[in-house]
Order: sequence, then structure tokens, then C-alpha cells
Amino acid sequence: MTTQEIKQLSILACKVRMGIIESTHAAKCGHPGGSMSATEMFTYLYNKELNVDPTNPKWEDRDRFVLSKGHCAPGLYAALAHRGFFPVEDLIQLRKVGSYLQGHPNMNTVPGVDMSTGSLGQGISTACGMALSAKVRGKDYRVYTLLGDGETQEGQVWEACMFAAHYKLDNLVIIIDNNGLQIDGDVTKVMNPYPYKDKLEGFGFHVEAINGHDFNEIEAALNTARTVKGKPTAIVMSTVKGKDVSFMENNAGWHGVAPNDAQYEQAMAELNQKLNELEGM
Amino acid sequence: MADVKKMATREGYGKALVDLGREHDDIVVLDADLAGSTKTGMFGKAYPDRFFNCGIAEGNMMSVAAGLASTGLTPFASSFAMFASGRAYEQIRNSIGYPMLNVKIGASHGGMSVGEDGASHQCCEDFALMRSIPGMVVICPADGIEAEAATKAAYEYKGPVYLRMGRLAVPLFHEEGFTFRIGKGEIMREGNDIAIIANGLMVYEAIQAGEKLAELGINARIINMSTIKPLDEELVLKAAKECGKIITCEEHSVIGGLGEAVCSFLSETCPTPVKRIGVNDQFGFSGPAAEVLKAFGLCADHIVEVTKEFLGK
Repeated sequence: MTTQEIKQLSILACKVRMGIIESTHAAKCGHPGGSMSATEMFTYLYNKELNVDPTNPKWEDRDRFVLSKGHCAPGLYAALAHRGFFPVEDLIQLRKVGSYLQGHPNMNTVPGVDMSTGSLGQGISTACGMALSAKVRGKDYRVYTLLGDGETQEGQVWEACMFAAHYKLDNLVIIIDNNGLQIDGDVTKVMNPYPYKDKLEGFGFHVEAINGHDFNEIEAALNTARTVKGKPTAIVMSTVKGKDVSFMENNAGWHGVAPNDAQYEQAMAELNQKLNELEGM
Repeated sequence: MADVKKMATREGYGKALVDLGREHDDIVVLDADLAGSTKTGMFGKAYPDRFFNCGIAEGNMMSVAAGLASTGLTPFASSFAMFASGRAYEQIRNSIGYPMLNVKIGASHGGMSVGEDGASHQCCEDFALMRSIPGMVVICPADGIEAEAATKAAYEYKGPVYLRMGRLAVPLFHEEGFTFRIGKGEIMREGNDIAIIANGLMVYEAIQAGEKLAELGINARIINMSTIKPLDEELVLKAAKECGKIITCEEHSVIGGLGEAVCSFLSETCPTPVKRIGVNDQFGFSGPAAEVLKAFGLCADHIVEVTKEFLGK
């Protein structure tokens, strides 16, 4: 990737984070922490990786993305809006009565959402179904799903992993957002899900471990995934929960809490400063 | 009745899947290591490229089915009723029901007639669980031919459907070529003294009870209500108005099933005395199916007794 491309993606990521702050602030609730740890991945997927068409969101041969950690809808919605699936101005309708932007993704109301999710552990299985369907019908679309590290405590995640390897779903990429924190605290203290690499390899995956905030590493891992045949790929990305807002970073308290007015002002000031720096580069 | 032809409803389901698979290439079938018992193995043998064993992981299977359906395929996902509706309840609710995906759940071995396997497998709660999911169609066919027809109707219908089948071979009383209509009950015998509304294997028992009651001078209207949701309200209302008293019969808990659906509807539209024959908030136990059914009053003789008492005769 050129420096210019990385700059453009970084600017977009900053705008996605602003969308997360704006929407959760307006809703007075929602999940900013895990949305912001996955922001670079959302941004890369929707602008570089996924073969999708915002003017035809239900296009049959599109690549699919399933947000298995559905509570990070603010991140997904902001990425979709900035990709042109719906107006960015609508983001502040998040979680409001009558809004199409439901608290957790709804495939029947939000353009670009491929599966309704929110109950942890189920999205990865639905992604397996989509990938299997491509195999059955000889289609070459690819399927991506993003999971939380806390989510991998769900037994169904491992049922799905077994299934993906058994049916050789090499058109499937599962991404684990390893920000290390879940609602009740450190994942290793709540219920240790590690080691990911050994577990996933044992389940028959090709595994890539990356820094989830580095676009070059994201690109390299996703490109490698395209070359892996006969098995699914897992990308375990190390990330920072609440990334790029100083008081939110690495704080489990920001899992499912919205910024109040003062916190909103500070968060937006920090993100605006970052945006100015990026645009001035 | 020794020479009456018998077939399990699960057998009808398996046969229908094979027929459907021949005509429609969008059908895929999933099972959770029970393909021999649920009869999806028949489809698997005929169309191995469209049959996917998911192993003993029912929750994953239901969500995989949702993903398949989201791309335009029509998956039939099967297991025993206990594990399909119970273990995977939340996957059905959230992965299939909420997005309104076109998944058909073929649940076999419902009710007490599982017999020897005992309480852990005798699911008498599935109607209640599945009825409570918005938009879910719930069907329990009465014989093998009806099961075959209901499976084909479920395919034609666009949206989630729960089909409950039984393990036990039960008498066939539908004609070959019978056409199933979702949401439509069927009058098996005319009568105005009382209406007996049944589903599943209790329909044949109700028909038998109707014959015995006729010998006693009681003309019971026997209704096969194989679709529990949406309920054939017109037929229930007509029965209530013309017969005045209703008995419901089901191989299910009296909580949340056909009986409660009938009572809920009538209490708001035409309050009518109803007696519910079903499992009275109990777990089952091991034994030959016929003996277990009898022990829980799920038989013609018990229907006759309840009817006589209800009518004061």
C-alpha cells in the first residue's frame, strides 16, 4: 500500500470513530469500546477488501460480512455510512424508536447488513452457512466475520470452527478482535480464551496474528487468506479497546457505555485533532 | 384394527425431502448425527452433495441453516424435537426467527411416544417454545401421508416453519395425494354434541374415541388441527358455537400447546368450556410407547372417559 492510500484509510478510520462517538452519544448508550478497537478492520474491509455495491446492497454475488460481535453495530454502521450505504447524518438515529439503525444489526432494515446478529456465537455459524452456500452453488464470493475475544467463550464459536474446517471453507475468514477486555474485565480473568493460535490451528485453521490497527498488516493477512486453499483462515488481531480516545483506551468500562456531553466534547476534540494531523500530512 | 397400515410421520418427512430434492435444487438438508432416525438420511443418500451432517452441534446447525437461507437456499434442518427446539431455541429465535429466514426445522421424536429413551428425550414443550417465536409456523402432522404433504407445503411457504414428527409408526388415515394447507384444520368426523380438536398421533386416538362415543349416542365432531400456529380460528369458532364444549388432545404439555392456543383464542372471542388432554406439567418415563402414552392418558379410552364426564353422561 502506498503512503497516500494509508493516509486516506487512516482519515476514513478517524471519521468512522467520530461516527461511533456521535451515534453512541446521541443514543446515550451503545458500545463504543469494541467498535473502536475494530475500526481499522471495518474501514479496510469496506473500502479495500469486500466486493460490495452500495447501490445494490443485496447483490447476489457480493462478498458477505457478518458482525458476529453484533453489539459493535456503531462501528459497522459508521463504516457502512462512509462507504455510501446510507447517509452519514443518519448515524445519530442509532437506537431511537422508529430508526432503521437498531441497537444490534438487523439485515432487514439496514442497507449493507448481511445478517442480523447480537446474540454472541451465532454470527460465525451463519457466516459458515453463507460460505457453504457458495461452495454448493459454485460461486466465488467470500465471507468474513468479526468476533470479539470475549465472544470466543461461547461454545458455539468452536462448533462453528469445527464445521468450517470440516467442510474446507477456504472462502471464509474469521477475525478475532483481541482487545483483551470484556464487560466484566480482563478476558484472562473472566474466562481465559487463550491460546488462540494453538486452538485455532488445532481446529484446522490457517492462523494469522496481526496488529489490528496497522493497515499494512491487515492487508497482508487478508491477501494471504485468499491464497490459503482447503481450510478457513483466522486472523487474530491485537487491538486497543476504545482506541484513539485517551480516556477510553484499554478501559473495560467503555464496553457498553456512551460518552456524556463533556466526554463527547473531549473525544471529538481529540479525534478532530487527529484528523487535522492526518489531513495535514 | 390389526391390519391397518402404519407409518411414522418422520418417514413421511424423509420421503417428501427426497421428492422435493428431485424437483428443487435450492433444497439443502442438515442433520445433527441423527440422519437415520430423523429420516433425512434418505435425502443424504439420494443427494449427497446437498446433505450436510453438522455433528452433534444443534445450535451451530440452526445458525448455519440461517446463513444458507440468507443466500437463497432452502435448508431443512433436523434433529430430535428436544434438541431442535430446546437446545437450539435461542439460535432459532435469533438467527432464524428474528431475520425471518426461510429455514424449515424438521423435528422428529416429539412427545411421549419416544418411549424407552425416557424423559430426557420425551419433548413435550416444543409447541410452547416454537409458538412463542413471532412469525414461526408450527405444524404437527397426524400420519405419514399428512407429514409428507405438510413437508411439501412447508417448502412452498416462504418463512420459518417448525415441523414436529413422531418416532412411532401410526395408522394411516389420509388418502395418498392429500394436499396440505398450512393453517387449515380438517374435520375427520361430523357431530354437534362436543368438538374434539387434536393433532399428531392423538388425531387417530380421537377418531377412535369418536366411534366409541357414537355407540354411546354421543356425536363428537373430530378435528385434526395439525397447524398449531397460525391456528384455524374460523374452524375453532364454528366448533365452539355449534358444539358448545371442546376437548383438545395433544402429545404435549397442557402448557403452551394446542390446548392453550384454543383456550386463548376462545376466551377472547367466544368463551367456551374447554378440557385439555395432554401432559399435565410432568416429565415422562421409560417404557414401550403404547404403555407410556396410556399412562399419561394419551389414548382413545381416556378421551372417551373425559368426554362422558364433561357432558355429564
